[in-house]
Amino acid sequence: MELSDSVAVEQARAGDSGAFRVLVERHSRNLFRLAYRMTGHQQDAEDVVQETFLRAYRQLSKFDERASFGTWLYRIAANCSLDLIRVRKRRGAQAEAAAEDAPDPMQSLPDPSPSPDRLAMSGEVERKVAAVLEGLSEMERTAFVLRHYEGMCIDDIGRTLGVQPNAAKHSIFRAVQKLRRALEPLLSSAS
Amino acid sequence: MNHLTEEQLVLYYYGEGDGWPAVREHLDACEACRAEYASLQRVLNVVDSVPVPERAPSYGEQVWNRLQPLRRWNGARGLSWFPVPRWASAVLVAALIVAAFLAGRYYPKAQPPARGQIANAGQVRERILLVAVGEHLERSQTILLEVMNAHPGQPLDVASERQVAGDLVAENRLYRQTAARTGDARVATVLDDLEPVLLEIAHEPDRLTAQEVENLRRRIEGDGILFKVRVLGSTVRHRAEKDAPAAGRNTGQGTL
Repeated sequence: MELSDSVAVEQARAGDSGAFRVLVERHSRNLFRLAYRMTGHQQDAEDVVQETFLRAYRQLSKFDERASFGTWLYRIAANCSLDLIRVRKRRGAQAEAAAEDAPDPMQSLPDPSPSPDRLAMSGEVERKVAAVLEGLSEMERTAFVLRHYEGMCIDDIGRTLGVQPNAAKHSIFRAVQKLRRALEPLLSSAS
Repeated sequence: MNHLTEEQLVLYYYGEGDGWPAVREHLDACEACRAEYASLQRVLNVVDSVPVPERAPSYGEQVWNRLQPLRRWNGARGLSWFPVPRWASAVLVAALIVAAFLAGRYYPKAQPPARGQIANAGQVRERILLVAVGEHLERSQTILLEVMNAHPGQPLDVASERQVAGDLVAENRLYRQTAARTGDARVATVLDDLEPVLLEIAHEPDRLTAQEVENLRRRIEGDGILFKVRVLGSTVRHRAEKDAPAAGRNTGQGTL
């Protein structure tokens, strides 16, 4: 029978590495998606996933078993991503990281074989979205990613980021405004 | 009639807040707000189209495997996965790898084997060393990140990091000397830069004050050491991966 998260956490706390492995295997892909949305780079996302489990492992004794383990991991991953973004910004290494790690946006286009015009537009939109997300403040980006892509409610986002729900809400509003400003002209011209 | 605000529309889109029945009612009645909402929907739907590189179902297993070399320093609190003294195993493994590499490279052979065999054996040894150096850099990077990611203005418990840093210093010395001997100046230089930082961490007290954390962070940042370690680690990994299939067929001899 499959171990539930709470049982696996309990066993991992008791020293069972196999139980921790279950948690790693179960949550890695979701964490990668979140980290990629947050950092925009594959290698950074990989680093975040690894760092998240290291931190989770070290702080396992602090985890409140009444909470959801997945949400707790998300919180750690969001913070790891923010740390990494800060370090990257401080070091001014963003350009190198982008050149080294960023997937070619044209390669990652969806593959329903649309017309060349539509394909070009789709690539343009993706680039624009990526650029806007990159330009958001840390708080805006995290709050938006958690709300839009991960479907987390605003109260949980506030808890994850350690801010009032209102602050999380306003970060989401600002992110949406910036996306609209950048994308609406493009979409209008397409339609 | 007041129109809906953008905030109301965003909350409605995400199903948040408790005013959505009123918003729904308003949208049914107001064409301007309906158009505004359609425009918002279009933008947010488009945002979904940006793809995320998909990870294979075995990705979790890969992550678990990558965590293995790091468990020894990380498992100190709460869980005990490593009953063997950590410094002993780390240094022993490093010493064996370096010794095997040097023995293979310098030990005189009574009967010289064919040229291709020498080159092949040399490449295999070099690949083993590359993998070991890559892992060493990865572990060093994790320690440096721990300091860099500490919350500003707060003290930091570095008891376990100190211990690992002590192990890494010994390994670092061996790898640096080997790199210098085999003429790999780039690797030797980065390891040379890394050593004093590891040494410093190894000699810090178990608990750093906020000021000590800040000093250490400045030192790491000022030297750009984390970045160098990261870039070299990535290069070394690529080389090791590239050399893996080549070890069996190439005859050229590279450096570390």
